[in-house]
Amino acid sequence: MTHTFYIALSYSVTVLVALCLIGWVWVDGRARRRELAELEASGIRRRSSQPKGDAA
Amino acid sequence: MTESLAITKLSDLANPTRFLALAARILPWMAAVTAILFAIGLYLSFATEGDYQQGQTVRIMYVHVPAAWLSMMCYSVMALSAIGTLVWRHPLADVSHKAAAPLGAAFTLIALATGSLWGRPMWGTWWVWDARLTSVFVLFLMYLGLIALNRAMDDPSKAARVSAVLILVGFVNIPIIKFSVDWWNTLHQPASVIRLDGPTIDGEFLWPLLVMAIAFTLLFFTLHMAAMRNEIWRRRVAAQRRLAARAAGREA
Repeated sequence: MTHTFYIALSYSVTVLVALCLIGWVWVDGRARRRELAELEASGIRRRSSQPKGDAA
Repeated sequence: MTESLAITKLSDLANPTRFLALAARILPWMAAVTAILFAIGLYLSFATEGDYQQGQTVRIMYVHVPAAWLSMMCYSVMALSAIGTLVWRHPLADVSHKAAAPLGAAFTLIALATGSLWGRPMWGTWWVWDARLTSVFVLFLMYLGLIALNRAMDDPSKAARVSAVLILVGFVNIPIIKFSVDWWNTLHQPASVIRLDGPTIDGEFLWPLLVMAIAFTLLFFTLHMAAMRNEIWRRRVAAQRRLAARAAGREA
């Protein structure tokens, strides 16, 4: 195998792993944001963001 | 007075809500600078000359060395966060070391894979069980163990305390990795950039390496901040679901 093969494979592995990481962080962030929005829409809020006197 | 002001500023930043606001503001900028640095770094990596002995394979160094540096830096960030968990019991420190573990595992995997791909044409072998390669492989296993531990425990604060102890015990591996090439006779070469007497590699290779190292480091900090933000959101979702379940239980 030529040296070009090892260089190309090294950069490909690096790009693939980096893209997987970026993709995972991106997808995870979107899913959590959606869950928070759904909870907010169903009227469930953090205690600190509820109006004063509303908290039980 | 100055000291107390600094502590106040630091504890302000350590507030999860303030951290989320800061992350929302600076994440796009960090991502943009990372992308620009990678564009420059990759251009330099392929525009510069090959080595007189290694030929074109020297270009593998521009991804292998930054990934290897980051594998150790990420663990050091986790060790600092572990101290934050155990000494100050700060929830943001828990979030920090939990979010960093998969990133560290990924950079270690890159270092191991590209090292193997560089070793085959230069050393004539994919792998040897020398001190440097073995200690980095142990680091990879430690990252996997910490990820598994965090996922195995339901209570995040308990998982964080157990992980923090394990991270600090495992930190002994970092100086072993760094100095393994000096302490033992290894096939892996000794340090040629971070040395007391200055770098021994030619400027032709040093510049692309430095730009790629800064780009990789910024990529790590960008992803770490985003992963920490995701983890804070995950905990808020879990807390709100618990609150909703409790409220529903009271109504029933």
